[in-house]
Amino acid sequence: MTDNRMEWPLWEVFVRSRNGLAHRHVGSLHAVDGTMAAELARDVYCRRAEGVSVWVARSADIVASDPARKDELFEPMVSKVYRHPTFYEIPSDVKNI
Amino acid sequence: MYTQGLDQRAPEGAAKAADDAAALVAFQARIDAEEKIEPNDWMPQGYRRTLVRQISQHAHSEIVGMLPEGNWITRAPSLRRKMILLAKVQDEGGHGLYLYSAAETLGVPRAEMVEQLLAGKAKYSSIFNYPTLTWADIGAIGWLVDGAAIMNQVPLCRCSYGPYARAMIRICREESFHQRQGYELMLKLAQGTSGQKRMAQDALNRWWWPSLMMFGPSDKESIHSSQNMAWKIKRVSNDDLRQKFIDVTVPQGHFLGLTFPDPELRLDEASGHWLHGPIDWTEFNRILAGDGPCNRERMAARRKAHADGAWVREAAAAHAAKRANRQRAKAAE
Ligand SMILES: [Fe+2]
Ligand SMILES: [Fe+2]
Repeated sequence: MTDNRMEWPLWEVFVRSRNGLAHRHVGSLHAVDGTMAAELARDVYCRRAEGVSVWVARSADIVASDPARKDELFEPMVSKVYRHPTFYEIPSDVKNI
Repeated sequence: MYTQGLDQRAPEGAAKAADDAAALVAFQARIDAEEKIEPNDWMPQGYRRTLVRQISQHAHSEIVGMLPEGNWITRAPSLRRKMILLAKVQDEGGHGLYLYSAAETLGVPRAEMVEQLLAGKAKYSSIFNYPTLTWADIGAIGWLVDGAAIMNQVPLCRCSYGPYARAMIRICREESFHQRQGYELMLKLAQGTSGQKRMAQDALNRWWWPSLMMFGPSDKESIHSSQNMAWKIKRVSNDDLRQKFIDVTVPQGHFLGLTFPDPELRLDEASGHWLHGPIDWTEFNRILAGDGPCNRERMAARRKAHADGAWVREAAAAHAAKRANRQRAKAAE
């Protein structure tokens, strides 16, 4: 087991299920480089008709927001309901609005 | 994919005390509100430890589970059956990878998990320590072992830990094919010659009890259960899942015209449940302790496969390093 610690970097895998839809995160895998990661992604995440395109990005390169700051970043919509169309009362006689 | 209540150690009290009491209350409130916990969220040490243990054991089970069936790929009786079995075994390898990835989100490196398995320190499902003696065993495994796995895994799709729940959803979508191809195989044998039917009956006789053991010890003995239920890592008890499995499987077996190796098996009209005889837990414990019919063979095969693949891993790393160097040199020109 001499090479066990020689760990390949981790990659995040994104799959476009069909043209017209956005790529969606499906999971991760280990690979030496991007080419290999994309090829392995086919075998690991697309064994059925799951996709037509794959993106891979090194997990270490992804910058994520801090879960501890969730509240200040994504303040609940409770205080900003006026951003939704349902906030405005329009008489039912008014059509096409 | 095959989870099992493998561990019977009690959760450690010291680690629990280290967690801030207020944070624990807030965490439990999130769980109670059916919120999913994601990798970077705060979580109690015991929750993390339990998940790492369960998900890695689950991953190991998928990987070791490729061995008993892989054993029959070259001997499948037709090209159709060979393609099906290859696809199924490949799926199990995929399940192992989804699960290792999910465990890694909790901060444990993949290499460490693999090392633990190869060193014989990690547990995996007891079911894979039984031999696959005839072609009918491939049918029995798909029908019963994957069937039991589905029963176990469906509630895990609602597990409180996001990455585990997502991996389980993906896995459950693939397991149904595993079970159906197995049942179809049993059906073909059961409708075949008397020799083929005998083979199917023999496989059912050998795989029935081990399949029931896949649900883990009875709830009365399972120490982990209540905390794991509160954390919504486990959502249905071992005994309830086992009963559900028996209730759906027995009529399927009767449809095949086969009998179950349990003289006490009978339908209880009042409850609508199939009642079963006692399970031999000494056999289960012996296998978990490493002394089943195939424990040594499985570990030896895993170690050999890992050692035989070393040159591939080294070559891939060397190739990537060479390409990176070349690119750097080009950039410097
Ligand atoms: Fe599986
Ligand atoms: Fe399976």
